[in-house]
Amino acid sequence: MPLLDAQDVHGGYGSMNILNGVDLAIEAHEIGVIVGPNGAGKSTMLKAIFGLLQVSQGSIRLRGEDITNVAPNKLVQMGMGFVPQEYNIFPSLTVQENLEMGAYIKPRPHTRLLDHVFELFPPLVEKRRQPAGELSGGQRQMVAMGRALMTEPGLLLMDEPTAGLSPLFMNEIFTRIKEINAAGVGILMVEQNAKQALGIADKGFVLAAGQNRFTDTGQNLLNDPEVARSFLGG
Amino acid sequence: MNELVFFINNVVVSGTVSSSIYAMGAIGVTLVFSIMRFAHFAHADMMTLGAFFVLGLTMLFPEVGVAVGLPSALILMPIAMVLTAIVAVGIDRAFYKPLRDHNVKPIVLVIGSLGVTLMLQGLIRLFAGTGSRSLYIAERKDIFRLELPGELATRPIVITEPQIILFFCTVGAVVALHWFLTRSRLGKAMRAMSDNPDLARVSGINTNTVIAVTWMIAGALATAAGTLLSLDVVLKPDLSFFLLLPIFAAAIVGGVGHPYGAIAGGFVVGFAETLAVFNWAVLLRPFQDMLPAGWELPTYLAFVGTEYKITVPFFILVAILVWRPTGLFKGKVL
Ligand SMILES: Nc1ncnc2c1ncn2[C@@H]1O[C@H](COP(=O)(O)OP(=O)(O)O)[C@@H](O)[C@H]1O
Ligand SMILES: [Mg+2]
Repeated sequence: MPLLDAQDVHGGYGSMNILNGVDLAIEAHEIGVIVGPNGAGKSTMLKAIFGLLQVSQGSIRLRGEDITNVAPNKLVQMGMGFVPQEYNIFPSLTVQENLEMGAYIKPRPHTRLLDHVFELFPPLVEKRRQPAGELSGGQRQMVAMGRALMTEPGLLLMDEPTAGLSPLFMNEIFTRIKEINAAGVGILMVEQNAKQALGIADKGFVLAAGQNRFTDTGQNLLNDPEVARSFLGG
Repeated sequence: MNELVFFINNVVVSGTVSSSIYAMGAIGVTLVFSIMRFAHFAHADMMTLGAFFVLGLTMLFPEVGVAVGLPSALILMPIAMVLTAIVAVGIDRAFYKPLRDHNVKPIVLVIGSLGVTLMLQGLIRLFAGTGSRSLYIAERKDIFRLELPGELATRPIVITEPQIILFFCTVGAVVALHWFLTRSRLGKAMRAMSDNPDLARVSGINTNTVIAVTWMIAGALATAAGTLLSLDVVLKPDLSFFLLLPIFAAAIVGGVGHPYGAIAGGFVVGFAETLAVFNWAVLLRPFQDMLPAGWELPTYLAFVGTEYKITVPFFILVAILVWRPTGLFKGKVL
């Protein structure tokens, strides 16, 4: 049974339809990567999966259970985590408070979960009492990912986790993502940095105009000349 | 020395009194804004409503305070705080939530809250009439006169019982609020939702719970402020008319969405008002003897007359919106 199975998803903002039948599925322990041009509806698809906008048609299942239009706080309880593309931290809360908010639904104390995140992102340890809004871009991204990991999700959705980061930080984040996945967390992420992302992807989805254009393993998409020509910049 | 006593009575004491009332009201306004992003105009009427709940309870049980030597109204205030908290949540469910669910613009909620203002004022008049009422029913207001030692001061510093209670209630409320916002799970969730409501939802925070708790705190604080003000002065259905402007001025001066700013803003507005209507001529009186014969010092020297006190928060409001719209503490722009 797939970890996540979305079929023929339609939806958008208010009456404006952005998604016109998107299919995607990943198995447990896999990394799925969504690529595609700007405005293709990649972020919209993640929001639709996470119950942040109304799905008007189609179905989304988590381990076989229907989660179409289920509220985000319920999905968190069902073991899903989401790192939005922007505004993904609480700027006036300290780093530690940000992480605690991630574990909101978990019984306290959160010491073990906090230690786990600090192990994954050591630079956050000495910043733990600092407001997250004062951190550098790369460290903010660590806070954002750490917050989502605090619930120990089985499926983590990430929207452009490396956007705006220097190449050094970018590699750092990719390494962390592989580590998180190796620990058994299924990952579905949107990436601008398509080649590198498809390189670590088990499944790849190329979206354009709210529909799948190509769906295959990451490696096959990388090798497909047509995908390369139209979506990976040659 | 008498001049100093006059200053203490008319500025220090009465400034602290109005500042505390404004601060407690402004905290509610600022919390509601930070969570729901709209200016809740019915807030001052929640203060009146809470005080009227206290009046009703005190009429039912006028003697409860006698045994402990405190005003019955004060003993019954916590019950009224709970009642008002429930009403506040009910008003939200009935009037504001349907609007929120339709994703309306904040201004629609503001207009909705004007409707709630009119409704509350009508209901209060319907059940309690239009007259002024005292919250002291079975007892008399204690007034403390502190005689200063020495020959020079012949007049006492005058503080009333409700003023002392008000001061301690405000300090208690501020300490409790600080603890709540920085230590408790729900308080942190409230700050998180104020920072970023979508991310709060994504983190599994039940935003409906946070909204309900916000209304409970706002309603409870409004009741405390309204009751203590009415104990000190008098309770009337149009109390809110004199509270609305200073409370909003306080919230905006402090930086909207900033609870500590609201407290500071309450004190800025409260003391500005008091200092503006204070008769400064009194402080000049001792110097009369030094002047040559025939020179008279004015007997009345205030920035504005007492009856125009309400213009002071208005000017503060305009000034802050023109020069520093984020308020003293960098809040959100209304
Ligand atoms: N909050 C919103 N309200 C209305 N339209 C939006 C909103 N967010 C995105 N859109 C529109 O939806 C389309 C898809 O956007 P998005 O999913 O963010 O694309 P991307 O694939 O670049 O992530 C775009 O045309 C965008 O203008
Ligand atoms: Mg996007």
